[in-house]
Amino acid sequence: MNDIELKEIKESYLQRSKIVTQRIVVCAGTGCLAIGAMDVYNKLVEEIKAKDLDIVVSLDFDEKEHSHPDGAIHISESGCQGLCQIGPLVTIKPEGIFYTKVKVKDVPEIVEKTIIEKEIIKKLLFKNPADKKRYETMDDIPFYNLQTRLLLEPCGSLDAEDIKEYISIDGYAAALKCYTQMAPKEICQVVMDAGLRGRGGGGFPAGRKWALALKQDSKKKYILCNGDEGDPGAFMDGSILVGNPHSVVEGMMIAAKAMGSDEGIVYVRTEYPLAVKRIKKAIETARSIGFLGENIFGSGQNFDIRVMEGAGAFVCGEASAMVESITGDRGIPRPKPPRTAEHGLHLKPTIVNNVETLSSVPLILLHGADEYKKYGTKGSSGTKTFALTGHVANTGLIEVPFGTTLREIIFDIGGGVVNENGKIDNSSFKAVQTGGPSGGCLPEKHLDIPLSFDSLKKIGSMVGSGGMVVMNKDVCMVQVARFFIQFTHEESCGKCTPCREGTKQILGLLDEIIEGRGTLETITTLEELSSAVMDSSLCGLGKSAPSPILSTIKEFREEYESHVVDKFCSTGKCTELFDFWINPDLCKGCTLCAEECPTNAITGEKKEPHKIAQQDCTKCGSCRTTCKFNAIEAVRVGTHG
Amino acid sequence: MSSPAMEQTRDYTEIIEILDKYERDPSRIIPILQDIQALFHFLPEDVMIFVAKEIKISSSKVYGISTFYNHFSLVPKGKYEIKVCNGTACHVKGSGKLIERFLATLDLPDGEITTPDGVFSFETVACLGACGLAPAVVINDDVYGQVTPGKVVKLHDEIKVKEADHE
Repeated sequence: MNDIELKEIKESYLQRSKIVTQRIVVCAGTGCLAIGAMDVYNKLVEEIKAKDLDIVVSLDFDEKEHSHPDGAIHISESGCQGLCQIGPLVTIKPEGIFYTKVKVKDVPEIVEKTIIEKEIIKKLLFKNPADKKRYETMDDIPFYNLQTRLLLEPCGSLDAEDIKEYISIDGYAAALKCYTQMAPKEICQVVMDAGLRGRGGGGFPAGRKWALALKQDSKKKYILCNGDEGDPGAFMDGSILVGNPHSVVEGMMIAAKAMGSDEGIVYVRTEYPLAVKRIKKAIETARSIGFLGENIFGSGQNFDIRVMEGAGAFVCGEASAMVESITGDRGIPRPKPPRTAEHGLHLKPTIVNNVETLSSVPLILLHGADEYKKYGTKGSSGTKTFALTGHVANTGLIEVPFGTTLREIIFDIGGGVVNENGKIDNSSFKAVQTGGPSGGCLPEKHLDIPLSFDSLKKIGSMVGSGGMVVMNKDVCMVQVARFFIQFTHEESCGKCTPCREGTKQILGLLDEIIEGRGTLETITTLEELSSAVMDSSLCGLGKSAPSPILSTIKEFREEYESHVVDKFCSTGKCTELFDFWINPDLCKGCTLCAEECPTNAITGEKKEPHKIAQQDCTKCGSCRTTCKFNAIEAVRVGTHG
Repeated sequence: MSSPAMEQTRDYTEIIEILDKYERDPSRIIPILQDIQALFHFLPEDVMIFVAKEIKISSSKVYGISTFYNHFSLVPKGKYEIKVCNGTACHVKGSGKLIERFLATLDLPDGEITTPDGVFSFETVACLGACGLAPAVVINDDVYGQVTPGKVVKLHDEIKVKEADHE
């Protein structure tokens, strides 16, 4: 493979794509697949064939067979298109008509009206929860046009299994440039100049990491791609692996050249079967075409990649634990120094880069550091993907330049905060959690801070891998803290005492508060213990595990105090610390709550205020979610019969 | 638990194939166990001992690995594997209530994950990456989004009825 051959592939693809008059892209990200995207895809193929139209599923076809006067329709699956909540999503190009919640029964109409008659079906268009308006194309929708989708745009439009389509958008051109024209030092320098920082959480400059490995005097070096996205509430890396795996392969090739490595391993969560399949396929195709293997681009250098599936251990996202896991051991972190960049896998220099970081690398090498730096802030350049979830109107996968504020993300892109009944109610905003189990909960007052690695750290949270969970007023902060510490406690590898025992004791203290046994002293002990675990744990897991505790105490101390002093959880989440009560002034007697109650604790006549029999109530909250009149309130225990 | 000696009737051909696929390389023990789990839906004790002997590592190491990683199970799973996602997004959207409701409905013996009749097994999992559908429940290969405690009872009852019809 050389530059001429690469160009030929690109041009031949573009030439063939000229016969395509319409392109249908069905989102096959995890969310859409779960709710029937493939049924929609298959039905589309079937219906279009039935109409005797020319349809192709890839551009590798015999040109003689496709000479339909109306041209061909190209249908393909893409990775996550972003708006998971309202899938399955279908985009029809060139117009870019964007259909949501597409069901198999809608397909005949889509083919009849939109594909053949070029008519738009209004009811399938995206209805913006914020202004109730319907929008025709992705570009019109605020959720999309307020983002900068450098990585996610190709992820949601390319056919991930078609390497030629990736090449047609200048894929592998950056790798070619690096292998044929650039010295390793130069590559490191460009990436350093671009200011690319690790997207996995730490934010360490990627170029500096490579330069460090380059300096190591060793014939064998490893580049690992960290796809062990264990943060609960984050699915960015999985989506990139599913939607644009070739960008990750290319990023690894460039990293390998920059540090002088001939072997790469993608470590990916086994919980992402589709990501595993796609990256394996991408590696195989890249190898068959000559991008991987021996003498890459005639440079005399060798590089190949294999995939290792993680087996469900969060701690394996830590570099040294990942190295242990790859060698067939329990994923237990090693003390540092030495760092894995010096003594990693099989004691050889090893660099671990996150999926999103690697996926950004080809763009930087292709367009230059200055172009990349146009996005973002001084210390945090480029864009960052986030999984925007929780109580927000538009949940999904987003990408914004650093410097964007949380307010813009939640209220403009996200479309606002939703209350317990799923209605937009921006006054119900309580907090946004970033950084997963290593991050913190940020209240309203922090929403206008421009996002960056450093700004979030300053206010007790972190960018982390990019989970962003919006929480409304019905979320109990003590429970959130407990949720995260329970997670880190379960995931603690058990090697060092502060993390193993500390997280257990923190969990116990939080349970005291939640079960009504806490005092003000419990809160103080909690703070002291959290600081101790942070200071004395061996690896990043333990060092950051208490972060959600400290940030919730700092920002929501009143709520903790109400739990221990008043023995009251106003959000109705800590079952020992409240009763549910139906406010007779608000209850219309619609009977919905009584029907929903799993223990039949609610009684009452139609159109009369209902009552809850406290002895039967399990406080599951089903009634509260069902009630359309906000009549069900959390009150102090024993105050309302 | 059955003793390994009692399993002499087991045909180890498929396991040997898996070992050979990974060239009996001890550093590939994790993928080996993953393939074995895919075969049996759990890791039978005698198979773990067999693997340890074949690839020349101690059975305690195999045990250590199989208990360290969440993906591995030492007990058989039910015919219907229920997994409640307990990622952050699902948590704030009420997965805790779903877990409570499942536990109350399934009535599992203390410390067990599978019902005595072998119909259901239950576990919570960290993020499935389907946060847009929170709270999510997976039963075998079917994903259910925006599940309520009421829906939990319905899902359970539907399977019960289906199973009763089979008998």
